[in-house]
Amino acid sequence: MDHAIRAEGLVRRFGATTALAGVDLAVPTGTVFGLLGPNGAGKTTAVRVLATLLRADEGHATVGGFDVVRDAHRVRQLIGLTGQYASVDETLTGAENLLLIGRLLGLGRADAKRRGRQLLDDFGLSDAADRAVKTFSGGMRRRLDLAASLVGRPQVLFLDEPTTGLDPRSRNDLWDIVRTLVADGVTVLLTTQYLEEADQLAGQIAVVDHGRVIAQGTPEELKAKTGGQTLTVRPVDVADLATVVAIAGEVAGVTPDVAQTAVTVAVNDPRVLPVMVGRLDAAEIPVAELALRGASLDEVFLSLTGHRAEDAPADTDLERTPA
Amino acid sequence: MTAVTLSPALAPARRLGVTAGLRHTFTLAWRSLVQIKHNPMELLDLSIQPVMFVLLFTYVFGTAIAGSSGEYLTFMLPGIMVQNALFATMTTGFGLNNDLTKGVFDRLRALPIARWAPLAGRILADTVKQAWSIALLLGVGSILGFRVGNGVLGVVGAFALLLAFTLAASWISVLVGVLVSEPDKVQIFGFMVIFPLTFTSNIFVPTDRMPGWLQNWVEVNPVTVVADALRGLLVGGPVAGPVLQTLLWGAGIAVVFAPLAVRGLKRRV
Repeated sequence: MDHAIRAEGLVRRFGATTALAGVDLAVPTGTVFGLLGPNGAGKTTAVRVLATLLRADEGHATVGGFDVVRDAHRVRQLIGLTGQYASVDETLTGAENLLLIGRLLGLGRADAKRRGRQLLDDFGLSDAADRAVKTFSGGMRRRLDLAASLVGRPQVLFLDEPTTGLDPRSRNDLWDIVRTLVADGVTVLLTTQYLEEADQLAGQIAVVDHGRVIAQGTPEELKAKTGGQTLTVRPVDVADLATVVAIAGEVAGVTPDVAQTAVTVAVNDPRVLPVMVGRLDAAEIPVAELALRGASLDEVFLSLTGHRAEDAPADTDLERTPA
Repeated sequence: MTAVTLSPALAPARRLGVTAGLRHTFTLAWRSLVQIKHNPMELLDLSIQPVMFVLLFTYVFGTAIAGSSGEYLTFMLPGIMVQNALFATMTTGFGLNNDLTKGVFDRLRALPIARWAPLAGRILADTVKQAWSIALLLGVGSILGFRVGNGVLGVVGAFALLLAFTLAASWISVLVGVLVSEPDKVQIFGFMVIFPLTFTSNIFVPTDRMPGWLQNWVEVNPVTVVADALRGLLVGGPVAGPVLQTLLWGAGIAVVFAPLAVRGLKRRV
């Protein structure tokens, strides 16, 4: 199988901190690959290494078959980069930003203008084409960022947290654009803190924590890997909650969680369901809801890392301020 | 495992020629200049401030210092050109720092363009702005009564010398731009250093009117040297000595600060 992106043993340190502690990646051409992890996990550092912005201390990587250090100039001709740090010029208009990039990529003035207009059109920014970017809303800004990284028709696109801070509608718009690009054969490496985003877009996900890939697979594989199913029981009478917790704990063999009026417990064996029904029946507890479902990526993350994706301590965010 | 196969037509070039680098530089210079259109304040900075200084010094201090505003203008205008040019070099560091902190620089570095083009483009654009300010000062000076003594050659020489010197001095600004955490700190540096440096020269007050201990410094202050060279070229008086000293100062500044600035930039990104 062809791989648009390959990385082997990437290590990158910032002073005493290790941002990447040996990362291996293999992204098949024409797919969306998700790097999922909390702030400071090393996602951005990995993207910056692959996009030729930063050199790894150890290991090597290729994009489109070219080494990101030795053949950096060739890699840059293949890639597009959108991230919170790779930004457009706020003082220029949307059209001027795209014209600038088109011209830098070697397009003639007329061609660069045409390409810019077409992208502004595709991304619903035609009306704002001649407004300074600093007047754009967050969603418009991200769309322009993405348009800017598409001027050169990249084969490999790096999207570093493309929807962080966007409202749900803008997020959905951006997801649709990414799906269209992939349909056109573009390979996408996406980093995100949002489990839903990885689940929605990525065919393969690598879960990153503390500079390492701690799990990898399709979203379904990852969910299955943690054994991950959750049994939810909601008694009709809140007074029965304590009894339900006791029964669920006994049946599943682990301590259940109580969220409002429901008891949830992680289970690895689907046969607990009939047992649970029998025990609840014997205890004469009427039940409003009883469900067994596959673990969400959030739960996968929790079981893999021991902490939730969103609650990583803020001081681990060293990627943007290397010491 | 094979790499992605690229059709020959798409095979990317291995490296860039110098011509391409120059083209990138011009495109990026265009970008810095077109910003002025959206940020007229910058044009005001480049225009109003120097004109205001000339007017204030000519009419408020002129008579007191030199006896007449016309005589004082002749003495002061070359110096105020130096001061204005030094302040204007801060634009380079300010803009560079802005690009670094806002992420524009990273976007540019991820493009297949010459590594030196973003910096060269910025410096080229700032040199154009410098030329505009110098021309404006000479124009306003002429209206107020400044008379050029050495003809066109003197004016061209003064222009070229001042641009060359500010090109060298802008490396200091680049270094500050890559070292500080936010653009405003470049401005603060400018005020903290350029104000005292330019006022402790002979650009506004003749050296012999200052206290003795200060005179020693004023004599060696490079601002004095450059101002003397411009006076020589524009008005008259010794030319060769001050011009040579100016070029030496410029070369010295560039030799020290350009490598530091480039190293700082490489560490920053």
